[in-house]
Amino acid sequence: MANIMIQRGSKTEYVFYLPKRDLEDDIVSMEFNTPEKWGGEIKLNNGGTYYIDPQSKPAKLPISLRAKRLDAAE
Amino acid sequence: MSALTREETEALIQEVLEVYPEKAKKDRAKHLAVNDQSIEQSKKCITSNRKSLPGVMTIRGCAYAGSKGVVWGPIKDMIHISHGPVGCGQYSRAGRRNYYVGTTGVNSFGTMNFTSDFQEKDIVFGGDKKLAKVMLEIEGLFPLNKGISIQSECPIGLIGDDIEAVAKKTAAETGKPVVPVRCEGFRGVSQSLGHHIANDAIRDWVLPRSEGKAHVSTPYDVAVIGDYNIGGDAWSSRILLEEMGLRVVSQWSGDGTISEMEKTPFVKMNLIHCYRSMNYIARHMEEKYSIPWMEYNFFGPTKVAESLRAIAAHFDDTIKEGAERVIAKYQAMMDEIIAKYKPRLEGKRVMLYVGGLRPRHVIGAYEDLGMEVVGTGYEFGHNDDYDRTIKDMGNATLIYDDVTGFEFEEFVKRVKPDLVGSGIKEKFIFQKMGVPFRQMHSWDYSGPYHGYDGFAIFARDMDMTLNNPCWSKMQAPWLKKVEAVEEKAAA
Repeated sequence: MANIMIQRGSKTEYVFYLPKRDLEDDIVSMEFNTPEKWGGEIKLNNGGTYYIDPQSKPAKLPISLRAKRLDAAE
Repeated sequence: MSALTREETEALIQEVLEVYPEKAKKDRAKHLAVNDQSIEQSKKCITSNRKSLPGVMTIRGCAYAGSKGVVWGPIKDMIHISHGPVGCGQYSRAGRRNYYVGTTGVNSFGTMNFTSDFQEKDIVFGGDKKLAKVMLEIEGLFPLNKGISIQSECPIGLIGDDIEAVAKKTAAETGKPVVPVRCEGFRGVSQSLGHHIANDAIRDWVLPRSEGKAHVSTPYDVAVIGDYNIGGDAWSSRILLEEMGLRVVSQWSGDGTISEMEKTPFVKMNLIHCYRSMNYIARHMEEKYSIPWMEYNFFGPTKVAESLRAIAAHFDDTIKEGAERVIAKYQAMMDEIIAKYKPRLEGKRVMLYVGGLRPRHVIGAYEDLGMEVVGTGYEFGHNDDYDRTIKDMGNATLIYDDVTGFEFEEFVKRVKPDLVGSGIKEKFIFQKMGVPFRQMHSWDYSGPYHGYDGFAIFARDMDMTLNNPCWSKMQAPWLKKVEAVEEKAAA
């Protein structure tokens, strides 16, 4: 589990930021993206995949969350 | 112009790596790259923010340098105790030339060195008591200080002193903020982690103090973050922002005060100059206080104008008009400077190796003078810095991360730049090699270089260095004469 931050992006809807590894990347797909259910599996532009517990869509961004690494690109 | 091609640059890197043992070679190869603008993500070509290789000469600093020297040190009305042995504070005292207004020793303490001067007995029995005593002494001697920060040096972490407890106790006694910063030098791989730790300390100990405080805000409130006022940089930046109609509420941390930092959560926009050292706090404020932030670049008229317009785009029409007004006002002055210096500097090639933002930010300023940056690198940059650099650098130029003394010398010998811009540790090596050199950490005791006024000084300094008559006197006169005489005889 790692602390991450999800921000609004300019190219894609969301940008993913992982301070510990200094990884800032666009989120290309998110499993759930509705007001009630938001999160799940996140795919990054660099090919990495992370998982955040599905929750209701945050009222404002950026937001700090805990994420699980499923498959990191490198 | 003798620019190297991609193949030549790659061959140069291979040649330089040749001297290393197998393992070191493999490690260093990841940190050297030939720029390719088509690459989207820097980590495909360069590795950064990794531990330096033992045995090579690295130019990096430590976490304490990042916190005390960079982020906290310039806050002028606080006293920053270098908690630990005396050397760390004394040998870095006032080296960064963070200018400030105030009376040193009365209400400002920027160039002074405060230390708890650890002795053997403090290591054995712990230094908490001494720290508490030091802080009470400070209160007696410098009653106008607005707070104290405790900058830990290595031994504090090693012996496990509880500086947080001492800080809380003393803060309760004196009624002033006391900020413990866990920036022991052994943490992390470079000063970069020190910046992060310092940012976290601001987040935890300073910003919460703003809660419940009154603030009369205007829609044009901004904070300038990550400008350390080296040689007066922040002042020459600030006047531009104020001229275009913005209200600069706080300025971190060059010429900064703790009350300005406490006011920052009320601003409408954070303007970040040094992204590397202050992005953490900007991200935090975006999340907690919904303050948007943006990076800007105030080196050279092209980038200044670009940045002023980008900043103005976040505000209403009065500011946009203000930005155009400011740009138009300085245009004539800039044209004059470029007309004067460009013919003297055009086509010259520069190699840079600096810290957090300059390897990419000053490229624009050099280009305004018709110069070309042929190699650049960060001491402690991360991948997001290189992401931003790739676009600014020309194709087939050299990029080096945490370059070693040997590599840098070899690169300069082969690439033969007309000017090298790096730190004090490199300065005399290159000057003795006969390469003009500017110290780009503290502007070689000159400055400011930010903003329009700064560019005038920047252009003058570059000309002064490059076209200095001393570079034609590198050969001893008696050696020269013999040749001349021989030539004469031959003729």
